Amino acid sequence: MKARVTVTLKNGILDPQGKAIEGALKSLGVNGIASVRQGKVFDIELNGADAAKAEEALKAAADKLLANTVIENYRVEVLS
Amino acid sequence: MKSAVLVFPGINRERDMARALKLASGQESTMVWHAETSLPKGTDLVVVPGGFSYGDYLRCGAIAARSPVMDAVRKFAADGGLVMGVCNGFQILCESGLLPGILMRNAKLKFLCHDVHLRVERSDTAFTRGYNAGQVIRVPIAHGEGNYTADVETLKRLEGDGRVLYRYCSPTGEVGDMHNINGAAASIAGIVSEKGNVLGMMPHPENHVEDIMGCTDGRGLFAGLVEHLERAA
Repeated sequence: MKARVTVTLKNGILDPQGKAIEGALKSLGVNGIASVRQGKVFDIELNGADAAKAEEALKAAADKLLANTVIENYRVEVLS
Repeated sequence: MKSAVLVFPGINRERDMARALKLASGQESTMVWHAETSLPKGTDLVVVPGGFSYGDYLRCGAIAARSPVMDAVRKFAADGGLVMGVCNGFQILCESGLLPGILMRNAKLKFLCHDVHLRVERSDTAFTRGYNAGQVIRVPIAHGEGNYTADVETLKRLEGDGRVLYRYCSPTGEVGDMHNINGAAASIAGIVSEKGNVLGMMPHPENHVEDIMGCTDGRGLFAGLVEHLERAA
């Protein structure tokens, strides 16, 4: 089973990397970008076919390691 | 003072730390590998040194914070043992839940490697006993992620409980945006835990302890720890 965990910075947390990317896009002439916030994507393969169990394992993974919930939110998706 | 210095893959300041500890206490520290599940018997102080544990993968200190030895450190700290984390060690202590908040990328995205001035906020703690309150010391920094952040409630509590021990400042002790080298909340360079027995700080006091280093302002921290333990004994 394939899954994806997306980790993003919480609202209100300053994101200097996102700001730098935003600035770089502007200087490259990519128009229409209002703002950029960067984050992380984890593509994970799971053993077994139980989607509910998979989601539980992924939430545990995100809470214990993948995200620091002081500053980050995460989203778990079981893809197939 | 019987000290244990933790060693993780990618850590590189453990020898500097051991040298400073020996200079202050006259005793060799024990190097403790991350896979250990216990600390040496009779340990007075656990030090988490600086470096780049696990190549800073995922988040600085995130993987080291979840290694077996950290369970022993959590227990040691819960029993009131003294723990000190410097630079990557501070990041590891935050990630392990021993200290609140997190160290984010420096506000201007640059790796900073130079001397800074710190104002010692109080002198009545195990980690500042060797200084006077308000004293300014000069110590080096070397970090890319030293921008301390926590939620508003935590910051209020840190300030209210006097848990900010070191702040970035000017050579004469003024605190402000101009001297806040990495953008840290309230110019925070070092904090202690609620019980006052766990310190985390970004600057490296261990690198200013001998005349050959050009400055000995870091000595006070180590001398203060030795004195604290002697008084407690």
